Amino acid sequence: MSVLIYAENADGKFKKSIFEAVSYARAIADQNNTHLTAVSIGDVKADELNLLAKYGADKILNVSNAQLKNFVNQAYASIIAGAAKKEGADTVVLSNSFSGRGLAPRLGVKLEAGIVDGAIALPEQTNGKFTVKKTAFSGKAFAIVELTSANKVIALVPNSYKIVEENKPAQTEDFNVETKASDFKAMLKEIVRSTDKISLTDAEIIVSGGRGLKGPENWGMIEELAEVLGAATACSKPVSDAGWRPHSEHVGQTGIAVSPNLYIAIGISGAIQHLAGVSSSKVIVVINKDAEAPFFKVADYGIVGDAFEVVPKLIAAVKEYKASA
Amino acid sequence: MKILVCISNVPDTTTKITFTDNNTQFNTNGVQFILNPYDEIALARAIELTEGGKGTITVINVGENNTEATIRKALAIGADDAVRINAKPHDAWFVAYQIAQYIKANPFDLILTGRESIDYNGSKVAGILGELLDLPSISIIKNIAIDGNTATVEREIEGGKEILTIPLPFVAGTAEGVAEPKIPNMRGIMSARTKPLTVIEPVEVKTFSEVIGYETPAPRGQVKLVPADKVAELVELLHTEAKII
Ligand SMILES: Cc1cc2nc3c(=O)[nH]c(=O)nc-3n(C[C@H](O)[C@H](O)[C@H](O)COP(=O)(O)OP(=O)(O)OC[C@H]3O[C@@H](n4cnc5c(N)ncnc54)[C@H](O)[C@@H]3O)c2cc1C
Ligand SMILES: Nc1ncnc2c1ncn2[C@@H]1O[C@H](COP(=O)(O)O)[C@@H](O)[C@H]1O
Repeated sequence: MSVLIYAENADGKFKKSIFEAVSYARAIADQNNTHLTAVSIGDVKADELNLLAKYGADKILNVSNAQLKNFVNQAYASIIAGAAKKEGADTVVLSNSFSGRGLAPRLGVKLEAGIVDGAIALPEQTNGKFTVKKTAFSGKAFAIVELTSANKVIALVPNSYKIVEENKPAQTEDFNVETKASDFKAMLKEIVRSTDKISLTDAEIIVSGGRGLKGPENWGMIEELAEVLGAATACSKPVSDAGWRPHSEHVGQTGIAVSPNLYIAIGISGAIQHLAGVSSSKVIVVINKDAEAPFFKVADYGIVGDAFEVVPKLIAAVKEYKASA
Repeated sequence: MKILVCISNVPDTTTKITFTDNNTQFNTNGVQFILNPYDEIALARAIELTEGGKGTITVINVGENNTEATIRKALAIGADDAVRINAKPHDAWFVAYQIAQYIKANPFDLILTGRESIDYNGSKVAGILGELLDLPSISIIKNIAIDGNTATVEREIEGGKEILTIPLPFVAGTAEGVAEPKIPNMRGIMSARTKPLTVIEPVEVKTFSEVIGYETPAPRGQVKLVPADKVAELVELLHTEAKII
């Protein structure tokens, strides 16, 4: 019995959400007095791999070969399942990233494991029951899921578990698992980065714009505010439907669900479908010219005013604050 | 080309979610159920891909007879026939297992799901199907085009996308942008009544997960309003009170 964490890298680096997942997996290992193994696949340097020990891994399996440099869903799933078997791991933790969501179901089948996707808290283990809290109904509620299988696969939502530094000594081992030709049927042709800006799911601060901004030409101030705050930009559904912004920025029930530390909604009314995807944000700020906008009911802070006047002032105020800090 | 679209029956997006029996049951009282919005997108793209007699579309649902309205809606939008596996959709594993048995007996060139169901948001059915059928699975796609026996798909990744080529058959979950949902026309609605809907019984399978309760998010306190002419106060509050910046 042990715990395995799949440490996904992006261009050879681990993101904060991976360290969160490592800390989370460490805590599960501690609950069960067992050890934590991290498995990394791809091209990651030794220094970076050592960071996995910093956040709690006892051992690191490094899978590095040319064929596996980029993500291949099936092959990666085979390798992670192989690592779980080698380590005798009964619990496999992943980040609930796009890739993580591709892997979790396949791993569940390979390991005959119950799966909790979208986990937001540590498992509770009492009276022989293993339960995990997960998001459900697109953020409108949480479900408590009991896993009844011996093996478990858990995908942790980014920004829902705090990183803990452990500074464990860990040894790194090269590792390989035999993959099948059928694992490589999907072939990567190209990776297109939409921007060099912060991606929505990684962002700690999000500045989001709605139809109240009137048109795509007015997004300059949204981007500027995001830039001064080190934030990602998002939008409501009608905004991406109209082509003012790309679909990848659309948050809500039918878009991306986000849970940043700070969500700033500008010119967004706060429809139930929009709120579904953003309500787990830690702090919500709403800027809307209509004091009756439903968004104010779920906001922590608000400014009733015209975005075209308020946002430039806010940019100036943030700049001033940053300059003095 | 034969396409299978997996469809789920979910609470309408405007539904306020509440629970009964000490927060152990989802309160369906007064709740309107709809075709999962992402499945509508999958179906719309399937229609585009088979337009002009290039193929047929079957929709499949694991559900009890209360999902018929949703199945008929899918037929009205443009699916050719439908299958309902007569069982409560216990969890994604159960659902995918049932669908996989059907596909083993009735092969398809392409299997589409939505990226997630808006009730349990699992993004799991596509991957489980892929694994059970030893087919590639791409959980969240933003585009799909087919040329002969090969598809080109765009997979969403953090801050961008990957472009992949995959030989048919495979499984993919569609997200926004893949197609615009299609609204059924009068002819579609009329013909939906007579299109074949086959009901089959489930096979037995062990399941590994159980929803044992629900919670609703803690309500936020009263909003603190900052006057529009004192914007700097907001920054101050975010720093000293919320400790966010
Ligand atoms: C099946 C389904 C799924 C959906 N999924 C989603 C989803 O995932 N995400 C989503 O966002 N929506 C979703 N919607 C749409 C949702 O119902 C709302 O229509 C949408 O969120 C409204 O977007 P908005 O707030 O930008 O626009 P509006 O509702 O038009 O609101 C604009 C707001 O801007 C304010 N405003 C106007 N001018 C100014 C100004 N100068 N300064 C400041 N404020 C100003 C107005 O007071 C108003 O509150 C979905 C709908 C359906 C039916
Ligand atoms: N009961 C069901 N019957 C058929 N297909 C389903 C069912 N539940 C989910 N699906 C399909 O699987 C997708 C993902 O669902 P989930 O894994 O629950 O998020 C949905 O968009 C549907 O395409």
